[in-house]
Amino acid sequence: MNGPSAPKRMPPEFGAKLINPVLGKEFTLRMRTPRSMWALLFYLAAIGVLAFGLLFIFRLDYGLGMSVFEPERSRMLFLFISVAQLGLIAFMTPGLTAGVISGERERQTLNLLLVTQQSSTGIILSKLVSSLAFMTLLVISTLPVFSIVFLYGGISPGQVATVFAFYLFTMLAFGSFGVLFSTLMRRTMLSVIASYGLTLILYGGTAFLYVVLGLMVERLTAGQLNPPAYYGWTGFLMGLNPAAALVSIFVPDLSDQVFRIGMAGRQIGAPIRLWQEYFIVYTVLAVIAILLSIRHIRPVPRRKGNQPKI
Amino acid sequence: MTDAAERQADERLRDLPEDGSGRPMVEIRGLRKRFGQFEALRSVDLTIRRGTVFGFIGPNGAGKTTTMAILATLILPDEGVVRVDGIDVTEHPAEVRRRIGYMPDFFGVYDRFRTTEYLHFYGASCGVPKAERDAIIPQLLELVNLTDKKDAYVDTLSRGMKQRLCLARCLVHNPDLLILDEPASGLDPRARIEMREIIKELKAMGKTILISSHILPELAEMVDEIGVIEQGRVIAQGSVAEIQRRLHAGRILELRLAERAGDAAALLEGEPLVGRVIREGELVRFQFAGGDEEQAELLVRLVGLGFRPVAFGEAQTNLEDVFLEMTRGSGVEA
Repeated sequence: MNGPSAPKRMPPEFGAKLINPVLGKEFTLRMRTPRSMWALLFYLAAIGVLAFGLLFIFRLDYGLGMSVFEPERSRMLFLFISVAQLGLIAFMTPGLTAGVISGERERQTLNLLLVTQQSSTGIILSKLVSSLAFMTLLVISTLPVFSIVFLYGGISPGQVATVFAFYLFTMLAFGSFGVLFSTLMRRTMLSVIASYGLTLILYGGTAFLYVVLGLMVERLTAGQLNPPAYYGWTGFLMGLNPAAALVSIFVPDLSDQVFRIGMAGRQIGAPIRLWQEYFIVYTVLAVIAILLSIRHIRPVPRRKGNQPKI
Repeated sequence: MTDAAERQADERLRDLPEDGSGRPMVEIRGLRKRFGQFEALRSVDLTIRRGTVFGFIGPNGAGKTTTMAILATLILPDEGVVRVDGIDVTEHPAEVRRRIGYMPDFFGVYDRFRTTEYLHFYGASCGVPKAERDAIIPQLLELVNLTDKKDAYVDTLSRGMKQRLCLARCLVHNPDLLILDEPASGLDPRARIEMREIIKELKAMGKTILISSHILPELAEMVDEIGVIEQGRVIAQGSVAEIQRRLHAGRILELRLAERAGDAAALLEGEPLVGRVIREGELVRFQFAGGDEEQAELLVRLVGLGFRPVAFGEAQTNLEDVFLEMTRGSGVEA
């Protein structure tokens, strides 16, 4: 395919394989703006206020001057802080990913990038990875706050690691949705709105629908002498909810409860743990979002055959 | 060589122009592009020979930018064949990108990069190894006169400097074809001259350059060929001299009057040898098919009718004005 004057193709140097130019650029430029510093500051301030607030509330429950070792309470505190952090992540992810492609388009730098040898896959993944890297930095910087719960006992470092792995996965999934919107929509503003809208639906909408539909299903089965011996399909809705999935890791009962029909329903167990469903569904969705982004960042060739040859 | 490659090579040979100038750098045949209801390109045919500077001219919205973006693999054509160095832009876009340097009419820069870092970034993105970049980037900065700004942040550069930096950017992987969309737009006269000098140097380096520009008249001396596009059609292509001859089938005369320019314009429109008439204030500009004799007679007649010319003679129009006037509404049966 090489014509007579095609530039020589050189073996890429070591390191260029690990960090491609787009990723290197993202890392460099992100850290050169004071915005990143402020984002980190506000994020830590928010999680700090939340954690200390919760700590205060939980200590009040103990009663003044009492210091009893109650691992159950401490676990509760940990769960609250974990869910609070998940909320912050939900809030932050669209903001950090929904502008990555449309922002370049608006700054008129995207076309310059598209005429280089960078593949569509490379560009999309670099953008996603760099946003995730920054979010990971934010989340890891909250570790000291999390470590406070160790003072009260009842939580193992493994559980903290599990929560952080869950965060990473959630950021990856919601980050891919943000990148997809950013690729498909011309304007960053629209992409941000769509990303926040989707986040709201998946966090709030699923829980709301679960409650409403659950009540309707319960009403249908009310009055039956023998409660149905099957699980309620509405439980699957809760498997889409990141907060429920996170809690279900630490409260195994939760999965069973959400799949039970009505308060009096017979307990027959859940067909799947909420976090398992969450992991499977969001892995599929994230992969689809990434593939669609890769396909649509450059013009999509139509089927061949209608082009006259000269 | 594989069968497919051989077939392709045969195909290319068949397509060689008869004048024997070798494979053209750019071949566009029957190119069409539609955006929704808007037909951006109706029929574009262009051939750009290797090592030439090709001026692409036409009014705004004529299809210059679309054609260039298709060449740069940023937009897909609806119909037609577009080849760069014999390679189809739709079938092998990555190979085409390797050979082109593209400078869009509007572009952004990453403000928080330093000039040298900016070029390193694009060089690396184009697959140029670090050692080669280290060698070529100082030369490029020298070429575009930015050596003393090599450590400056991009956002501290003036518009003209950014424009030149962008030009250096599209040279960083040593492409054969430069696609420059209005490279001098928005520049002050000084910066335009600098840009022109750089393009001259690039021409001397043997690059094939496709350039659309408002300053085409200024570039006339270095442009080898011109393509005129209007409403999505290429209505003329040829050497500058050739096109000029064709357009100057008559001459363009300018008549400046002390008063009553409107009456004069109305009178001229009825004259048999007079073509298109344009009036701007007290200035009347018109196409005239006659020679010196007829021109003199026309003046005498105007004076005889009581008109008081301040100036009368061949218009010192620039190339672009001529094109735009001549192509306005002509050659297109839309």
